[in-house]
Amino acid sequence: MYQLQSVTQTYKRRGNVVTALDNCNIEIPDNDFIAIVGPSGSGKTTLLSILGGMMAPSSGDVSLDGQSLYEMSIDERTKLRGKKIGFVFQSFNLVAWLSACENVQIPLMLSGKSADEQRERALELLDRVGLSGRADHLPSELSQGQQQRVALARTLANDPQVILADEPTGNLDSETRQQVMNYLSEFHNDGRTIVMVTHDADTAAFAKRTIRLVDGVTRELSRAAVAA
Amino acid sequence: MKLRSMIWKELWRRPTPMLTSLLAVTLGVTAMVAIQNITVFSEQKIAGDMESLGANVLVLPPAVTLQDYYSADMHGHTMPEEFVSRLALARMPGVENLAPKLCVASDVDSIPVTVTGILPQSEFQAKAAWQGLGLIINAVGTDRGCCATKANVGSESDDPSSLATTRTIQELGDRDVILGHDLAAQLGAKIGDELHVLGEDFSVLTVLPATGTIDDSRMFAHLHSVQDLSGAGPVVNVIEIMACCEDAAGSLITNLSAELPDTRIITIAQVVETQVAVNGLMSRLSWVFLSILLLVGGASIASVMYANVTERRKEIGTLMALGASRSFVTRMFLGKATLLGLAGGFGGFVFGTIVAVILGPQLLGIDVQPMPQLLFVGMVAATVVAVAASFLPARRAAGLDPCLVFND
Repeated sequence: MYQLQSVTQTYKRRGNVVTALDNCNIEIPDNDFIAIVGPSGSGKTTLLSILGGMMAPSSGDVSLDGQSLYEMSIDERTKLRGKKIGFVFQSFNLVAWLSACENVQIPLMLSGKSADEQRERALELLDRVGLSGRADHLPSELSQGQQQRVALARTLANDPQVILADEPTGNLDSETRQQVMNYLSEFHNDGRTIVMVTHDADTAAFAKRTIRLVDGVTRELSRAAVAA
Repeated sequence: MKLRSMIWKELWRRPTPMLTSLLAVTLGVTAMVAIQNITVFSEQKIAGDMESLGANVLVLPPAVTLQDYYSADMHGHTMPEEFVSRLALARMPGVENLAPKLCVASDVDSIPVTVTGILPQSEFQAKAAWQGLGLIINAVGTDRGCCATKANVGSESDDPSSLATTRTIQELGDRDVILGHDLAAQLGAKIGDELHVLGEDFSVLTVLPATGTIDDSRMFAHLHSVQDLSGAGPVVNVIEIMACCEDAAGSLITNLSAELPDTRIITIAQVVETQVAVNGLMSRLSWVFLSILLLVGGASIASVMYANVTERRKEIGTLMALGASRSFVTRMFLGKATLLGLAGGFGGFVFGTIVAVILGPQLLGIDVQPMPQLLFVGMVAATVVAVAASFLPARRAAGLDPCLVFND
């Protein structure tokens, strides 16, 4: 599914060159569940941005299903994101002035579905995450765990092949964390590819593979190494 | 859910930031609508008054300045009544009627009244007969230089109430009075009643219909009766000349000046030209106010939009991550600006119309009606300004880096 070949990403900050990713080579097959771990500032978010088609690397090639992501135009990548890639964010990133159902409807609206189709699908997804009774509540009226579940429902709206999750349990208590990871495992079992950034070992343990990122350099870890 | 419902929901649930920026735009449209509304109806009233009065010319004593046509005789200066005879006998082209007036103060049952002496048209006809002139032509003018109608002797002004509209009357007895509408109500007088005025008893010949002018509070009597009883002598305050058309009025000025060099000749157009000039100035000023306030409103909207883009950076980034294109984001902000502009234009039209309807009668004594065409102008102007002011903020929003969604 994903192929990163010799991907390097550098930034210039106050005259200094910072290397976020250094000659990264990763292959992520279909239906993989991969956790990316590493200390703060190691390049995890940069890697996720590149995989999400939101940041062109300084050098190297990124392809998704054999198609080079960064040879497409910005608008083509945006369309691709809407169709194939779903996101889960640490701080949920729900739109505060839309209800839970309306938040889930956003990707459906962007892909051109009718209003009735949007609502029907959104309610179906909210039901899947156990929130059909809170469809018309604003995010501020939901607990953090409930907000993340709404975000998970939104992620599934356009039935994406890939889910990119950035610290999906970072703001949650242990019980809710378990609940969210169960949902992600469920999505994985549906046949989707999950790429998850986390610094929590327990969360990383849900993944099939773990890649460690230190100073922009990737290294695949065994399960035992992750647990340690 | 569609883009426009997203825009509406955002505005509805977070209205405060936009309300203040909308205020200046709304005020600009309010000022423009109110002033334009009042000036248009004021111009209509002036045009209507001028049309109903005909191409009137006033002959006045030389020291008089005139602000209001209807109180042309209430300045206290006089000129010899002999000027009237000279004008009548001169039989100038385009003259349809002469109406000399003398205005004196008196009282009826301790109620102060303004008694206006007028000369009935029958007097002119008597003069014409004495001069050996036929009755088929106007007693005072000729049909030379007049635009359309033959001079009309007496048929329209047989009814005493015609004084309200034609400003002349065919017959008026020495001891008859005609009351203005408001004065009759004040005195509680009706047709046939006896009133004691200027030391003599007068009979009420008729009560005039309301005209909305100062004539409503006047009492009209025979000019010679007023002159004799007031002791003013054979003088008048004004001679109104009704020309049969405006073209004739133009040449009349020359003829009148030649005939009466010791008088001041004023056309009705001159009387109202100050008001017309003020109306023109107010109309132009309303556009200036609109432009200034729209500029201020535009700057305010731009500032608030930039702040809105900054405030919603994460939200915009999330939308882009979920598949929103740059054009979607641009349309989101410009759509919001359009909605604000339309609301500001509509609100400005409503407030401006209310202000005009309330102030028109109070300031200028005119009835003001809503002008739907100003709604279109106001809404277009406000919307164009709002959208133009939001263009750069919208482009900035569309150019945001979607990676900022990962920033916590």
